[in-house]
Amino acid sequence: MAHIPDGIVSTPVLLAGAVVAAGGIGLGLRRLTPERLPKVAVLSALFFVASLVHFPVGLTSVHLMLGGLAGLLLGWAAFPAIAVGLILQAVLFGFGGLLVLGVNIANIALPAVLLGLAGRGLLARPALAHPAFAGVVAGGGAVAGTALMVALSLALSGREFQVGAQALAITYVPLMVVEAVFTAALLGLLVKVKPEALR
Amino acid sequence: MSSVLPLGITLSPLARLDPRSRVLAAFAFAVGVVWCQSVAALTFACALAAGLAVLARLPPLSTLRRVLAVEGFMLLTLASLPFTMGGEPVFTLLGFAAGGDGLHRAGILLLKSSAVLLATLALLGTLDMPALGHALARLGLPVRFVALFLFTVRYIDVLHREYARLRLAMRARGFRPRASLHCWRSLGHLFGMLLVGSLERSERIDAAMRCRGFDGRFHLLDEHRPGRLDWGFGAVQTASLLLLAVLDVW
Repeated sequence: MAHIPDGIVSTPVLLAGAVVAAGGIGLGLRRLTPERLPKVAVLSALFFVASLVHFPVGLTSVHLMLGGLAGLLLGWAAFPAIAVGLILQAVLFGFGGLLVLGVNIANIALPAVLLGLAGRGLLARPALAHPAFAGVVAGGGAVAGTALMVALSLALSGREFQVGAQALAITYVPLMVVEAVFTAALLGLLVKVKPEALR
Repeated sequence: MSSVLPLGITLSPLARLDPRSRVLAAFAFAVGVVWCQSVAALTFACALAAGLAVLARLPPLSTLRRVLAVEGFMLLTLASLPFTMGGEPVFTLLGFAAGGDGLHRAGILLLKSSAVLLATLALLGTLDMPALGHALARLGLPVRFVALFLFTVRYIDVLHREYARLRLAMRARGFRPRASLHCWRSLGHLFGMLLVGSLERSERIDAAMRCRGFDGRFHLLDEHRPGRLDWGFGAVQTASLLLLAVLDVW
């Protein structure tokens, strides 16, 4: 799970997360003109709804993050959109602490934007790759990036967390597979039904 | 169809506070607790948070379930601590000695996260989300960010209803969620359709907002002023946090 509760992460990591989150949100807000606001907000609401849906995987279930899809569709504006979603989850459901919000936002939004933009680059060159492949890169890649960053935030917080961080990173593998398949299917549909959304 | 977002509980004594006081109180509490190191101080913090939960009239059962869910997640990360931190061995598991230092540390982390979690749910989780958005705007968050927050809160319910409708249609056609490629792809298509509908909806919203002269900000019409209750609450909280600091050092 990507929501780190309060009290675990060390102060330097907290501060680094807050700086990255503030920078990313600032960049995203600059692109969030009044004309784009409804689109970003509706998608941000959609990602929140998607995160309520649990997917069966073997005996357990995972819930979607859809960070890669958000980055692909919104670019840097995905940063504030993901931040809103995480604030709501922390406040309403207690998923993730208050002071670590910066770290949690950075861990999810940074890989989401970077791999989403990579996915968008692939989509723009249909000769090079099938749309489904762009979905695998953005969807699966963003989850892998988040797993790495969560593990890193824990490992940097103290030597004693290193084993736990590795164990945690492994738990992301099922979600990575589900999101890769899910995002690929979704993009395949979007290319056919509403290709202008991807431009 | 009920709302996914819980509505603010208006009957609790906390509801009479200015939402800004509640935001500030939650952050001050979190700061105080995160930098505590002693078990005594953290037990006191948990008691304070439980008091807030009672004041906020949080439903006991579902709140307990939330706290346990978060602690369950933490156990995965903390389970290794007793085996990696050394200290006096307390018990052995499969031949590995669990050290007292690690157990102590894991216990402290559990207390910290539970205290902040409970206080957050009590102070902020029972707020009306638009009221939280307005409070954030008045506390100086960027106007565009708050507008995004308020818009998102508005459309979560709309889209959740839309999702439930599509999901019902799939169920009527015999769809059962399973761990299979087919299931994951079908849900991908469901959200793809939801996405197409949402994008078209956002175009209509944009047109409707423009026609009303929307310029990217929501004007705050409600004039909240911190009253005597807010100052009193602030004073009690400051005293509790000081007591927490004293307990921690002592």
